[in-house]
Amino acid sequence: MRTFSLRDLDSDFVDEIESLDFIGTFRDCYACGTCTGGCPVHRVNNDYDPLRIMRMLVLGLREELLKGEMIWLCSDCYTCQENCPMEVKITDIINHLKNLATHEDNTPLGVSTQKKLLMDQGKIYIIDEFDNKKRAKAGLPSLPEMAEEARKLLNKR
Amino acid sequence: MKYSLFLGCTIPARSRNYELSARAIASRLDLEFVEIEDFSCCGFPLEASDEMGAILLGAMNLCLAEEKGLDICVLCSACASMLTKTAYHLDHDQKLREQTNKELAKIGKEYKGTVKVKHFARILLEDVTLERIKKETKQNLKGLRVATHYGCHYLKPAYIYEGFDDPQDAQTLELILETVGVSNIQYRRKKDCCGGPVLLSDEEVALKVAEEKLRNVKEAGADCMNLVCPFCSLMFDANQKGIETKSGDEFDIPVLYLPQIIGLAMGFSRKELGLNLNSVSTKELESVLEA
Repeated sequence: MRTFSLRDLDSDFVDEIESLDFIGTFRDCYACGTCTGGCPVHRVNNDYDPLRIMRMLVLGLREELLKGEMIWLCSDCYTCQENCPMEVKITDIINHLKNLATHEDNTPLGVSTQKKLLMDQGKIYIIDEFDNKKRAKAGLPSLPEMAEEARKLLNKR
Repeated sequence: MKYSLFLGCTIPARSRNYELSARAIASRLDLEFVEIEDFSCCGFPLEASDEMGAILLGAMNLCLAEEKGLDICVLCSACASMLTKTAYHLDHDQKLREQTNKELAKIGKEYKGTVKVKHFARILLEDVTLERIKKETKQNLKGLRVATHYGCHYLKPAYIYEGFDDPQDAQTLELILETVGVSNIQYRRKKDCCGGPVLLSDEEVALKVAEEKLRNVKEAGADCMNLVCPFCSLMFDANQKGIETKSGDEFDIPVLYLPQIIGLAMGFSRKELGLNLNSVSTKELESVLEA
């Protein structure tokens, strides 16, 4: 069993993230475990546990949540959120935590690579001449190589 | 019926079979698609790392359709949920809308909230109608036992989708298949995810989630799977061989996109439906159909 010192808890964390109204729904969690019970990722890897994430939020375990790997195992399938009897927006909350973890440089390589691709190209896959030839042969309309407008939009911020 | 067709990133590059079959059956059903060249990524891949960037991409695509005065038909479930969710938040959160429009103004755009986003399957059900699909059915697919995988983002989060289907007891895709005579078969843990989004952070976990589903589908004795999302297809079709090698089990389950199955019932050829592009061979299905 892991133990934490009370001094490690960050009570400001809750206020920091509660500025977004949906986040506060985690306060309604009464730890019934329906989220974890239905989670398809938990079934194959019990290191991943959405109920634990909700309890860690309540306790203000900021570092543990944002520097750890657990949140990144969420498959974004929304099963927990749809099943939650208290309508806690679990998946939306975990998604926001992933964003906060990104600010702390804790992002899996695959996720940061996709972001870079979008900043550079506006879409994940470039459609090159070869692709367009194959598309034409199949009777499909040709597509531009990149999404210029999207690239501009993301980079002008 | 006229829609702008949103392909997203994965379909034109990796899932031409989905695009081909969707376009084929759409033309038969008088569903007209208009191409919008500037459509980009929907924003979904940014949701975890740059949520505002994701909203901006979603909003920009909505603006492009607004400029043409056309609703959006989406083939990929992740794109459908990202675009629908973006519209939902922009329509419910004035502050977010102002913030988004401030950024959009830099490329001369403004989100007005005038277009509707719908998944292709939802359009088949709500706009094309089952009666029309039935009318175009030439070959009854009776005897074809299909296990439908709804996937996640086609249905969820429910709060953005206006209750067009019930994530706890989804029916829409099987209703459509029933129309073309398919035998819908049930299997354990049907609602579970394909594991796709975890692929970026933990491949082993992602493949294990997919493996569970393949095993359950196999156990139920399905001839093939039916799905409506290129990520789910990647997990069950393209990755099936790899999962077999790792687990030592043989699944050999053809994985078809919904319009490929409907297209068979409408009498389109294998090539017209891109069935030759599926990873797991779909040839054996023909013997089921001929029997």
